[in-house]
Amino acid sequence: MRISEWLKLLEEKGCVEAIKGLLEKIERSELNAYITVCKNEALKLAEDFDKGRLRGKLAGIPVAVKDNITTTGVRTTCASKILSNYVPIFDAHVVERLKAEGAIIIGKTNMDEFGMGTTTETSYFGVVKNPHDLTRVAGGSSGGSAAVIANGEAVLALGSDTGGSIRCPASFCGIYGLKPTYGLVSRYGLIPYANSLEQIGPMANCIEDLALLLEIISGKDERDSTNSGRGFVFRMEKISKIGIIKNMEAEDSIMDKFYEVMNNFDYEEIEISSLKYALSSYYVIAMSEASSNLARYDGVRYGYFSPQLSSWSDYYSRVRAEGFGEEVKRRIMLGSYALSAGYYGKYYLKALRARTLIVDDFKNAFNEFDVLVSPTMPSLPFKIGELKDPLTMYKMDVNTVPVNLAGLPALNIPVGFVKGLPVGLQIIGNYFEENKMLSFAKMIEEFS
Amino acid sequence: MVSVEEVYYVSKLAKLSISEEEVEKFRKDFEEILSYFDILDEIEENIKPTFHVLEISNIFREDFERESIKQNKVLLNAPRREEGYFIGPKVVE
Repeated sequence: MRISEWLKLLEEKGCVEAIKGLLEKIERSELNAYITVCKNEALKLAEDFDKGRLRGKLAGIPVAVKDNITTTGVRTTCASKILSNYVPIFDAHVVERLKAEGAIIIGKTNMDEFGMGTTTETSYFGVVKNPHDLTRVAGGSSGGSAAVIANGEAVLALGSDTGGSIRCPASFCGIYGLKPTYGLVSRYGLIPYANSLEQIGPMANCIEDLALLLEIISGKDERDSTNSGRGFVFRMEKISKIGIIKNMEAEDSIMDKFYEVMNNFDYEEIEISSLKYALSSYYVIAMSEASSNLARYDGVRYGYFSPQLSSWSDYYSRVRAEGFGEEVKRRIMLGSYALSAGYYGKYYLKALRARTLIVDDFKNAFNEFDVLVSPTMPSLPFKIGELKDPLTMYKMDVNTVPVNLAGLPALNIPVGFVKGLPVGLQIIGNYFEENKMLSFAKMIEEFS
Repeated sequence: MVSVEEVYYVSKLAKLSISEEEVEKFRKDFEEILSYFDILDEIEENIKPTFHVLEISNIFREDFERESIKQNKVLLNAPRREEGYFIGPKVVE
């Protein structure tokens, strides 16, 4: 559902009735997309709206928030057992911005544990099902946020993207999802997985809604020292040179669909040679940062704890072993390994050097092109349980991780269906050129 | 090749107890994943590492007093607390 459609609903029956209808829909849903539904808070705000007391650019609009973004008084779990009882005492910057504009936070969405996955199958709360086929995954890690948008269980949603976590589920669910330039949106209140790679971003059913949400959440916040201080205002821009990244591939049926869309435009094909290092570089960096970030979970200050206190090292190791899932443990351990004496030079530093090559290659490409394009995912949505071993799952991120390494913005747009399943196209922009991406997305929309 | 001892060693570094059943599975996964990372060996040593992509540094704010979070709020999520303190496991034997 788009904002314009929701506003019509508000006019027809008022906000309380509209929200009640939405809550019923959520209750009936089989998708498992929400971890927590903010029923009472939402109804209270709906009442305020009907009395004319709720104002702002998002007044009365239900927004879903990924469960790794803190919300005062509303449980925030990162879909992990270790945070399953955690109730934050502060709002993330993006949540402050939503509230300031009168948005109604309708619930917290399911995800891969700490964002570590491509299917939401690592969630402590179970997998999110794909609204287009309940036997398939919604994608990850922001699978809940994508599924609720696709299924009309929210009008807007926030996700976070460390290596494709917005774009992958957006592609699998057939919606729009944008990963902003690194530093455009404050990460204050985003529970960290890999700080140097991740950004919070908007998910929506159309380009205008997506752009509006980005306008609201972007901008200066001194509580995130990597915040650029820049804001975003949506306007159409001229696109003259389009590049297709030839060595970002997908299975044949997806490539056919991709070229069916792209053949409406003049484009050039380019090859970015450093991309062959991207997956390895990304996983080494993400795991290393994760091993450091997730050291904070100690069963003392918040989160899951063990009733039995023992020696420090034993207690800490036991709480973490019981509280983290398998994929999270794997990444923490591999990160510790990559940073340990003797391996730092071989893995971590090499990954950062590869990152330099990727950054430089993209900079050169953007000297020539306005936008770069590829299929978002190499495959159609997987069957639940289909991806058995971790490395096969990591390889599904091959087209999405390069932009996180480079800090560039990228966008998934739905371009149709293959075998009844959604296909997404990825548009990559130069630093802070979200408007060029959105303008090209608009051009594609006009053709379909 | 990754040995069982290395997996135990790294689990100690990461403060994660792992069981005997888990260790072999992790060993196999690590071997497969780490050998995939070997492509990074091709990267030349003379390339500068990129720790952060934004070309900003030393972001300071004005240094003035401001209200901080109240002590009782900070302790709200703590499983064990006493007289305004967290209770943790014994650090010194």
